[in-house]
Amino acid sequence: MQETKSAYPLRDKASDRLYAYSGRPLKDISAEAIAAGELSAEDLRTQADALRQQAEIARDGGYPQLAANLMRAAELTDVPNEELLRIYDVLRPERASYEELQRLADYLEDRYDAGENAAFIREAADVYRDRNLLRR
Amino acid sequence: MNQKQRSKRFDLLSKRDINRETYVEPWPEAGLIVADSPYDPQPSLTLSAAGEVVEMDGVARADFDALDRFIVSRALDLAVVEEAMALPSENYARMLADINAPRAEIARLVAGCSPAKLTDIIRHLNVLEMMMGLSKMRIRRQPANQAHVTNWREHPALLAADAAEAALRGFAEVETTVRVARFAPFNALAILVGTQTGRGGVLTQCSVEEALGLRLAMKGLTSYAETLSVYGTEMTFADGDDTPWSKAFLASAYASRGVKIRFTSGTGSEALMGRAEQKSMLYLEARCLLVVKGAGSQGVQNGSISCIALPEALPGGVRAVLAENLLAAMLGLEVAAGNDALASHSDIRKTAKLMLQFIPGADFIFSGYSAIPKRDNLFGGGNFDAEDFDDYNVLQRDMQIDGGVQPISEDEALNIRRKAARAIQAVYRQLDLPAITDEEVDAATVAHSSDDMPARDIVPDLEAADAFMAGERDFVAVIRALQEGGFGDVADNILEMGRQRIAADYLQPAAIFDADFKVRSAINDPNDYAGPGSGYRPAGPRWAAMQNIPQAKSPEGFIERHTGPPLSRLVEIGPASKGGRNEVALALGPAFGKALTSTIGGLSHEDVLEAILTGIAGEGMIARILRVYHSSDCAAIGYVGARLSGSGIGIGLQSRGTAVIHQKDLAPLNNLELFPQSPSLTLSTYEAIGRNAARYALGLATVPVAVKIDNGARLRLIVQTALLHRRETDEVDPDKPPQELRFDWEPA
Repeated sequence: MQETKSAYPLRDKASDRLYAYSGRPLKDISAEAIAAGELSAEDLRTQADALRQQAEIARDGGYPQLAANLMRAAELTDVPNEELLRIYDVLRPERASYEELQRLADYLEDRYDAGENAAFIREAADVYRDRNLLRR
Repeated sequence: MNQKQRSKRFDLLSKRDINRETYVEPWPEAGLIVADSPYDPQPSLTLSAAGEVVEMDGVARADFDALDRFIVSRALDLAVVEEAMALPSENYARMLADINAPRAEIARLVAGCSPAKLTDIIRHLNVLEMMMGLSKMRIRRQPANQAHVTNWREHPALLAADAAEAALRGFAEVETTVRVARFAPFNALAILVGTQTGRGGVLTQCSVEEALGLRLAMKGLTSYAETLSVYGTEMTFADGDDTPWSKAFLASAYASRGVKIRFTSGTGSEALMGRAEQKSMLYLEARCLLVVKGAGSQGVQNGSISCIALPEALPGGVRAVLAENLLAAMLGLEVAAGNDALASHSDIRKTAKLMLQFIPGADFIFSGYSAIPKRDNLFGGGNFDAEDFDDYNVLQRDMQIDGGVQPISEDEALNIRRKAARAIQAVYRQLDLPAITDEEVDAATVAHSSDDMPARDIVPDLEAADAFMAGERDFVAVIRALQEGGFGDVADNILEMGRQRIAADYLQPAAIFDADFKVRSAINDPNDYAGPGSGYRPAGPRWAAMQNIPQAKSPEGFIERHTGPPLSRLVEIGPASKGGRNEVALALGPAFGKALTSTIGGLSHEDVLEAILTGIAGEGMIARILRVYHSSDCAAIGYVGARLSGSGIGIGLQSRGTAVIHQKDLAPLNNLELFPQSPSLTLSTYEAIGRNAARYALGLATVPVAVKIDNGARLRLIVQTALLHRRETDEVDPDKPPQELRFDWEPA
C-alpha cells in the first residue's frame, strides 16, 4: 500500500498499526509497562515499516530526496549501533579502498537486504576513486 | 588638513559599538566576497541524449568534483532541468516577489536549477523582495524558534531549569553543547528532563562530534541533530573529514533510529577555512544546499551560523545571509535561519539584521536563541540572549509577528524551574548519580547564570558520565527514575517522545510538536501564503498570549493613582465675573481637585495651588481662582482666566499639571509662557509661574521660568497623559460658565 499525505500523522491516524522495533504494539507501550520493568530500549525504537510509510508520505508531499533517505534509513534499522558508526567512518575521506567499499556494499545487500544503501555506497566508491578520496 | 585637529563628533562616533566591528573591502581571490564573484560560473546545464548531465555551470562531466557528482546524481530533478535552466533568472526573481505566482510552481522549477542558476536568481532581488519570497517559500506555515541552553559550570540543575523555562517560553527545539566533551550524556539528559518538564514535545539535541552525537540519539537522550556540516568545495569538505556520501549516510543512520536531522551550512565557512576557490560565498552556499537536498536532509541551518561576522564584514553581507535562507526554502528545505552566533556589538545592527528573518518568518527564526546569559553560552555567545527576552516579546507585540515565543510571568518561571531542578535531582538520585542537593535546586530555581550556582565536584560527575555512556542505561531508565521519583507527568512526556520516535512523523520536513504535543510539519501544516489575507498570522489565543506581557497594565490603573477625596479647602461659590486690576486669575481645569487630585508628576493639587498662590502673593498681587467647565484644553482654560482677570493676566492649569500664562490681548492659542512638560514641573516651578504671572500683571521685566528639558518624559508618560486628559475631558460641561472658587489658604 502506498501511503499518502492524508495518512499523516501516523501517530494519530494509524496508531493501531504501529509497533516498536521489538514488535510490541504501540498501544502496549504504556507508563504501566515501564513501571513494571517490562520495556527496554527496543520498545521505544522505530522500525522499517514506519520509515517506509513516512518515505511514501514524503514522496507524496513532494520531497523525493527525503523519501529516498527514509528508504535507506528503513534498511538500516536492523544494523546494530556500532556497525552503523563503523560504516559511517569507512565512508569518510581516505578511509577505505575501492574494493573495501565494494565489499561493504555487497555485505549490506547480503546481510541486511539493504539494496538502496549498497547502490549508494557503490556510487560513492566510483566518485572516491575518480576524486582521490580513497585510502592512499 | 591639520592632522592635530580631531572632531569631537568623529571622536565620539569612533567609540560607538558599531565601530568595534571589522569592515573589509571585497577580495574575490580569497573568497572574501558575498555574492557575484567575477570567478563565479555562468549558469548552464547540458543533458546527453541519454538524459545524463554532461556539463553543469561550465564544467564538463569529466571534470566534476565530488559535489558536482553528488548534485547531478541526487539533488537535481532531471525531468525539469531543461525547462528550469531555460527560464530567465529574472523571471524566477519576479515570481518570488509576486503574490500571484504559486509557491508550488516555483518549487517545481527550482528543483531543476544548477548552483550558478540559483545564485543568478538572487542577483535580481533586493532584501524586501527576498523577504516576500521567504514568506511565501518557507515550508511550514507557522514559524517557530529554537533555543540554546548551556552554562559554563555545566550544572545539571541549572541546565534543567533553563531548559524548562525555554520550553515554557515556547521554544520548539532546545540545543545544548559541552565545554568538556565527557559531559555530553549528562547535559543531554538535563535538557531532556528540563524541556519535558516545561512542555512535552520540545525537541532536544546536544551538539557534539558526529559519532558521539549519534550515540546520544541512540540512547534516546536527544531527538534531533543538526551538527551535520557541509561545505561548498571539495577540499573544505575533506578538511571537515567528510564527503557528501558520508554525511548522507549519517543522516540515514539517524533516521533509522527515529531521530530528526538537519544539516548545517552557511556562507563564509569555505573562506574561513581558506578553500573558497575564488568563488562567492553565496555560490558556494548554493552548492551546499543542493548537497543537503541530495542527501535527503529535511532541512538545514544556514544564515552563516558561526561565520556570521565574516559576511557582515563585507558589503551586502546581511543581504547575502537572507539570500541563503531564501535559497534553502526555495529548495523545499526546512530553514533554521541563523541569528544564533554573536553577529554585532551594536544593538541597532543586530536587531536590524534579525528583521530580515523575523518579519517574513522562518521555520526556525533562530537556529539558537541564547536562552541564557551571554557568559554562559558555550556556542560562543548568542546574538540575542536571556537579557533580551523582554525586548523580543515586545517586538512580537509591536508588529503582531509570531517570533515563536511568548511572555511568561515571574511566578510561572520560578515554578517551572523548581520543578525541573527537582526532576533532574530525582533522576540523579534514582540512577545513583552524584547527588544534586536541595541547595542546588534552590539556587537553580532563582538563578540567572552559572555565577548564581554552587560549584559541583566535577571529578565524580565526569566519572559517572563516562560510566553512563559506556553502560546500557538509556531513556527507558530515565522514564522509570522519573516515575519512581514522583514526576509521572514528566515521565509521560518522555515516554510520548519515545512513541513519537516509533511513529517517526517528526522526520517529515520542518516538523515540530505544538502546545498539544501534536506534530506540525510541512506535510500537515504546509505554508499557504499567497498574499494579503492568506498564510499564517497570529490571531485569537495565540495573539492574546503574545500581547500578554507582564509589564502591560490596565489603563484604568493609571488613573486611580491620581484620584482621591475632593479638596475640601476648594469650594465653588458661584459664577465668575471680571475682577480688579491687582489680581491674577488662576483658571483650573474641570477635574482639578475633584475627579483628579494630583498631577502627572505626582504633586498633590493642594500643594500646586499653594505654590502658585505663594508666587503671586510674593509679588504683592492677589490670586483669584476660577474653574473652567466648557473646555479641558490648556490654552482655552488659560485664555478664560486672562479674559476674566482684572489685570488681563491669567494662568491656566490642567489637572495633569500642564500650565500656561496667558494675556487677554493675545490670540487664544498664543501665550506668554507655556509649560507643556508637566511631569518635569516641581513645586518651585509652580511658584515661579505664579511669580512671573504677577510680574507680567505689574508690567515688570520678567525672565521666563527655566524648565528642565526631559526628552524622555513624553515617551514614559504619554499613556498617562492621554488618560488623565480623557478623565478631565469627561468633566467638561459645554453649557456651564466659569465658576469662582475659594481656596482656604493664607500666605505664609
